[in-house]
Amino acid sequence: MLEIDALRKSYLGLTVVDDVGLTVAEGEIAVVVGTSGSGKTTLLRMINRLIEPDSGRVLIEGQDTRELPAHELRRRIGYVIQGHGLFPHRSVGQNIATVPQLVGWDRARVAKRVDELLELFQLDPAEFRDRLPNELSGGQQQRVGVARALAAEPRLLLMDEPFGALDPIIRAKAQDDLLAIQRRFGTTIVLVTHDMEEAIHLGNRIAVMDKGQLLQYAPPAEIICSPATPFVGDLLGTGERAFRLLSLRRVAEVVEPGEAEGPSIPSTLTLREALDEALWSGRQALPVTDADGKPMGRLTLAALARLGARPQ
Amino acid sequence: MSWGLVIRLLALALLVGFVLSPQSFAFVFEPLTRNNQPAIYVQTSLLDLTLNHLLIVAIATSAATVVAVGLAVLVTRPFGTEFLPLSRSLANIGQTFPPVAVLALAVPVLGFGTAPTLVALFLYGLLPIFENALTGLTTLPPAVTEAARGTGMTRRQRLLQVELPLAMPVILAGIRLSTVIALATATIGSTVAARTLGEVIIAGLLTSNVAFVLQGGLIVGVLAVLIYDGLSYLERLLTARTGQERVAG
Repeated sequence: MLEIDALRKSYLGLTVVDDVGLTVAEGEIAVVVGTSGSGKTTLLRMINRLIEPDSGRVLIEGQDTRELPAHELRRRIGYVIQGHGLFPHRSVGQNIATVPQLVGWDRARVAKRVDELLELFQLDPAEFRDRLPNELSGGQQQRVGVARALAAEPRLLLMDEPFGALDPIIRAKAQDDLLAIQRRFGTTIVLVTHDMEEAIHLGNRIAVMDKGQLLQYAPPAEIICSPATPFVGDLLGTGERAFRLLSLRRVAEVVEPGEAEGPSIPSTLTLREALDEALWSGRQALPVTDADGKPMGRLTLAALARLGARPQ
Repeated sequence: MSWGLVIRLLALALLVGFVLSPQSFAFVFEPLTRNNQPAIYVQTSLLDLTLNHLLIVAIATSAATVVAVGLAVLVTRPFGTEFLPLSRSLANIGQTFPPVAVLALAVPVLGFGTAPTLVALFLYGLLPIFENALTGLTTLPPAVTEAARGTGMTRRQRLLQVELPLAMPVILAGIRLSTVIALATATIGSTVAARTLGEVIIAGLLTSNVAFVLQGGLIVGVLAVLIYDGLSYLERLLTARTGQERVAG
């Protein structure tokens, strides 16, 4: 779907993106992680040509991005930035309608799409459509920002630290909403963040960047189990490796037959959450139930300990 | 209704009443006259002078707005940045020139009458509007301009749909400043035979008639205060309607 090939960009002799290449498959979420100054945002902005690369090329669905005028290219790509960047003088509805209007949808179709997206993001259209952005809470503004980016049904969505300005509780909710919406539309997403936790939670693949170079581009489990360089390991944090590995899998995948005492846990929990529950309640095994509350079996502390160990 | 508004409405009512029927107010100004001088200026109708005064100010300020905002837009585009220092100094020169000097220089070219006054007011009005438009266009929130590019707006669409609407309260503040300066400066235009309220003041000065000086000055002063307040109100309204908390300055 997205193919980045040997991209390079330097400013005043300082190379900020150095020969970076990666591909993102249709419907995947690729998360680019790095410290500030790693070139991750520059890389993202070269995809929709907010920054023109010095060399290299970007292909979207096989088409070179330079074949289109930049503004037309950007209308096809959703773009979400930190601090949402909503137009303060336009209502929530007008903000969401921006790209559909630019590409010339008729009025009725635009209005229908705006209401559809507001509902999808749990904002009552009648209540929010005509409000100005500064009358919304931070979490609501962020949701409108994502809704605006998705309005013209782009196949590709670029997100630059989209949840950076949110407090932790709202951020977790926003991340889960994004995953739900991504599954629903099958949108391919490239997301930039400095937060490894967020990268592991959201990414099908994680690209780790440092000083303009791509150090590793791999699925989260591989990044955790075999970091390519010490820097990648540092970014993961040494006190978190087992827990991060456990956070990648869900209880339903590893449930085993048997019984256990005490309150049951839903099979949709991550193994990390299950471990927390087992340790906290002091139990050796937890009963597991499915979405309908029917018993599925159990999960033992021993199994969790085994699953949290570094794969050999 | 606040006291401020009551006072302003009262001032407006008095102003309109006085301009429409100056003789009814003769008793106010009579104590200021000596040797049976007339208390009220009657050579020309005060209503005509006031309307003409306002018209000259409106024309000069509108022209200055169009040119100053246009210039500010040009020099904030990528191709125009080289001209930024030049245009700044041009507008500065317009401001440093005393209006009387502009009048004196313009009269030989344009003759006596309204034209040299318009030129002086126009030149004088450029700088505040230009500087404010420049501030407004260059201090837009970066996230918003970034979003405008990111959504695929063309340069023109960004200017018309995002940059100018958001800069409007600040630009309006510049227009307000220019308007008030022009209202006061227009009185000098009467020295070169422009028909403004300055005529009343000058007539008063020539005949040592304090009543004339005062009534001309009062009309201009009250007009300036009311217009200043009106435009300030409009500015606040616009700031709120464009969803910007920042106070235009």
